Amino acid sequence: MELIQQLINGISLGSIYALIALGYTMVYGIIKLINFAHGDVFMVGAFTGFYLITVFHLPFVLALVLTMLITALLGVVIERVAYKPLRNATRIAALITAIGVSLLIEYTTIYLRGAQPAAYPDDIIPNKTIAISGLTISSQSIVILAVSVTLMIILELFIHKTKTGKAMRAVSVDADAARLMGINVDRTISVTFAIGSALAGAAGVAFGIYYIKIEPLMGIIPGLKAFIAAVLGGIGIIPGAMVGGMLLGIVEALVSAAGFSLWRDAAAFLILILILLFKPSGLFGKNIREKV
Amino acid sequence: MKINKKFWIPFSLAIVFYAVVQFLLSSGTLNPYYENTLFLICINLIFAVSLHLIIGITGQFSIGHAGFIAVGAYVSAVLTMKMHLPFLLAIAAGGIAAAIAGILIGVPSFRLKGDYLAIATLGFGEIIRIILLNIDYVGGAAGMNVSRLTNWTILFFSVLITIIVINNFTKSTHGRACIALREDEIAADAMGINTTYYKVIAFVIGSFFAGVGGALYAHNFYIIQPQVFGFLKSFDILIFVVLGGLGSLSGTVISTALLTIVSIYLQDYPETRMILYSIVLILTMIFRPQGLMGTKEWTDLFKKYGKMGGNQNGKQTVA
Repeated sequence: MELIQQLINGISLGSIYALIALGYTMVYGIIKLINFAHGDVFMVGAFTGFYLITVFHLPFVLALVLTMLITALLGVVIERVAYKPLRNATRIAALITAIGVSLLIEYTTIYLRGAQPAAYPDDIIPNKTIAISGLTISSQSIVILAVSVTLMIILELFIHKTKTGKAMRAVSVDADAARLMGINVDRTISVTFAIGSALAGAAGVAFGIYYIKIEPLMGIIPGLKAFIAAVLGGIGIIPGAMVGGMLLGIVEALVSAAGFSLWRDAAAFLILILILLFKPSGLFGKNIREKV
Repeated sequence: MKINKKFWIPFSLAIVFYAVVQFLLSSGTLNPYYENTLFLICINLIFAVSLHLIIGITGQFSIGHAGFIAVGAYVSAVLTMKMHLPFLLAIAAGGIAAAIAGILIGVPSFRLKGDYLAIATLGFGEIIRIILLNIDYVGGAAGMNVSRLTNWTILFFSVLITIIVINNFTKSTHGRACIALREDEIAADAMGINTTYYKVIAFVIGSFFAGVGGALYAHNFYIIQPQVFGFLKSFDILIFVVLGGLGSLSGTVISTALLTIVSIYLQDYPETRMILYSIVLILTMIFRPQGLMGTKEWTDLFKKYGKMGGNQNGKQTVA
């Protein structure tokens, strides 16, 4: 019973990781950039949701949608200002820029509102616990799971059923060929950033509801973990990010349950290193031969 | 003859600089504020120059440097504070321990490239921090008290040895192999360069000096805590190297000295400092990705006037 209880906690946490990991994986799939600033978009989402709920007293669903719109806008601005001029630069230059953007967002947030943490009100979602034969499931974890699964289904439909989704898939396979086919590559990349950042914003709100406490540097560790989840599932592969996120959440919950909660972060990094060493293409990835 | 001249002039200037500072310190002209600034610059120089060898010369993007610094800091602190061994021995041991950590981390990591390598080294650095956090013998999260043993003589000669060793390494056969590897790994491989061997060698030398720097760092600040050695520390050092110019030792030295002074002036406004840092970092990458000096050295500036047009290095690449 204890084990199943931990599995449920793990899945709630894992669905937050999965939402962030989707943004990483889509951006990496399309421009081969590890967007270090993605974890900070998640943080901005958490704070935007917080202010919309506490200051403007918006209902949960409206706050969630508005947060997603605002973080989507932020993602597009980051892409246009910082990454677009570097489209033809080396990957290391782009990576360093991403680190710079990440630090800029973190410390601008601290500059604007201070480094002190904030607490989400705990009555956004009616706080009930459902008991099924010894298991207790809080209404928060159900809402989080529902929100993330809904968003993932919408994303899958968007990518496979719409024209823009088709363009995104085409650009990630071969940007030059896509351009020759008349696809507006720059616009497609912006759309990818917008979607990824919107999902990260939603993850931020979900995180706030689940863990209550939010702070300006909260994005770093979940951001890294989400990246690990993306690598675990196979970077660039959307279902891989979902499965990777869930798996990582479950592993962390189990490590904590076994009494090693201080080692939880180390376990995640160990998974990353093992997967990079033994199957760098990830669980769902195919091996691609290196060409000169 | 030329090589001797190239070596002895800067070397004697450095010794004169050492003697002047030593005189100013012992006569009390240099107040503790300037002394601290100078010490911090020297420690950061060791960190930055050791990372320069890994990123700038060999082109391996490592962002786990703080992990090696932590190993050096903790090993040396345990030796001096718990086992009461002499400080110089502790510095050497800190360096060697970090070098061993470098081998352990480097050998598996170098199967990876570019951004994957960056993330793996970041992960290893974090694992080292978490391990230290969980060892009660070294104080866990509360950290360890260390007495101040770092003085100007030890610090100065450590910096000097670091710079001389890494400069000579760069100019040796091995260094050329590393530069070839940075420019094009596949081509270097085709020319018969054992790429994995040189990556590990550069990584081990770099982490050795990071460990030495860590030992000096630990014995300068009275206390060491695992959270000091998080990846923000690695990013700090990365910024020194990148802004100075990937591949330029003198660029790294200049940017480290300048940025350390700037950060000390801004230490009461840490947010402003980080905002400034990050904006400078982004703008540098967009408008001058090769950094302050590119791959040029300060001695190249004099060469230019000697033989006009003879020293055009052509197109430079970054990492």
